[in-house]
Amino acid sequence: MSELVRAPSPHDLHEVVVTVNGVTRSARVPARRLLSDLLRHDLRLTGTHVGCEHGVCGACTVLLEGEPVRSCLTFAVMVDGARITTVEGLAGPDGELGPVQRAFRECHGLQCGFCTPGFLLLATELLAHIPEPGDEEIADALGGNLCRCTGYVNIVRSVRRAAELTREQEPT
Amino acid sequence: MKPPPFVYHRPASIEEATRLLAELGDEAKVLAGGQSLVPLLNFRLAAPAHLVDINGIAGLDRLDGADGAIEVGATVRDARLLREPGLAAAHPLLVEATGWIAHPVIRNRATVCGSLAHADPAAELPAVLALLAGDVEAVAWRHGALSSRRVPAEALFTGPLQTTLDPDELVVAASFPTLAPGTGWAVEELARRHGDYALAGLVLTVTVDGDGQPASGRAAYLSCAPTPVVLDITPALRRARNDVRTAPVYDLVASSLDPTDDIHATAAYRKHLAATLTVRAVDRALERARAGAPPSELAAVGDPMGAPSTASSGSGGGRAES
Repeated sequence: MSELVRAPSPHDLHEVVVTVNGVTRSARVPARRLLSDLLRHDLRLTGTHVGCEHGVCGACTVLLEGEPVRSCLTFAVMVDGARITTVEGLAGPDGELGPVQRAFRECHGLQCGFCTPGFLLLATELLAHIPEPGDEEIADALGGNLCRCTGYVNIVRSVRRAAELTREQEPT
Repeated sequence: MKPPPFVYHRPASIEEATRLLAELGDEAKVLAGGQSLVPLLNFRLAAPAHLVDINGIAGLDRLDGADGAIEVGATVRDARLLREPGLAAAHPLLVEATGWIAHPVIRNRATVCGSLAHADPAAELPAVLALLAGDVEAVAWRHGALSSRRVPAEALFTGPLQTTLDPDELVVAASFPTLAPGTGWAVEELARRHGDYALAGLVLTVTVDGDGQPASGRAAYLSCAPTPVVLDITPALRRARNDVRTAPVYDLVASSLDPTDDIHATAAYRKHLAATLTVRAVDRALERARAGAPPSELAAVGDPMGAPSTASSGSGGGRAES
């Protein structure tokens, strides 16, 4: 046991353990590592997209303990031990698309696809709380995310369709 | 961009956190929700050598009503105010203003006390605290012991992103006085896009006399000055007794505020906007004052709308960071 006190350095590495899409993953990262970069660089889950990197565009939205958050405004060290859902967690184990993903494909809810992971996670969380959202609730839930292709109309349609598909899928 | 390197601290107690802040001085910043601080870091507008993450401190997530005020602990997220059972009935103004903050995703992380300590003049909660003459509780480790003081809103905000808090002080709670029975309230703001910072906005309270005529009024403005501005609009309300749409309220606001130009709006437009929004807010607040439902205590079992509520106060609902 050494009593030598080494001054902490900004380059120290921190062990971060998270459960991503049901799988426990870990990485040793510097404190400045954003959650978005933990997912993309350290865990190689590149489905989470990084657009503006200052919390405006919403492309990097993931679910943290079931709640949507901007992963570019969250440090990886802050979420040690947390449960995270990324877009990779929306499809079935065999790669079959989830109901929200199918709805976006069906309703042309995307063009270039860059913003889509964020919208998919917002829609997933919205439908978990409000199974039959009205247009105003959809707009409020999605209003913080930017899409430069679709004009949003088809994204709102996709969420309405996703609500139908989710209901159909649920075992009765 | 990526944030600059920093040393990360995650104290487990208030004592540990304040000792760290005392030792590190202005080298350190407190990290709670990070929704304002992390963008500043990512833009490299700030580069503190140390961040002190207070999310691991037990007890800072308390939210309860006491002595005619709602006390909000330092790690309480904005989103929790919107879903806390009974809070909308106990403090409708605080809850409505919180609903105007950014987007739901931001509110999931952003903290009430963080917004106050950050002191953005375009933010809603500093204006609410100023309107209600609330205060924050700041603690520091000094002379080998924990010292605590309450800083009233009027002595807290000194400029854009500037407060009278010392670098070694940690805001552990904010206290928002509840409205007296019969007080009407309103929140009005205008932004170019849903969820953006407002070009101008205000929070307002009014009271009425026995005949339902305006008796007093106060408004606090955001995005109109380097700090929240509180105006006593009582004289104008009294002059306008029979028709608040008429000039006195508009004129009082337009002549009292001195906003500046920026790329989003001219000073003249901001002034016009603030005055116009005030007239609207007065209308709505008077309606509410005349309807006269007194706010209930946070601990009450139901809200005036008759919706069932399950929890009373304190520990319910919030997700503690681990």
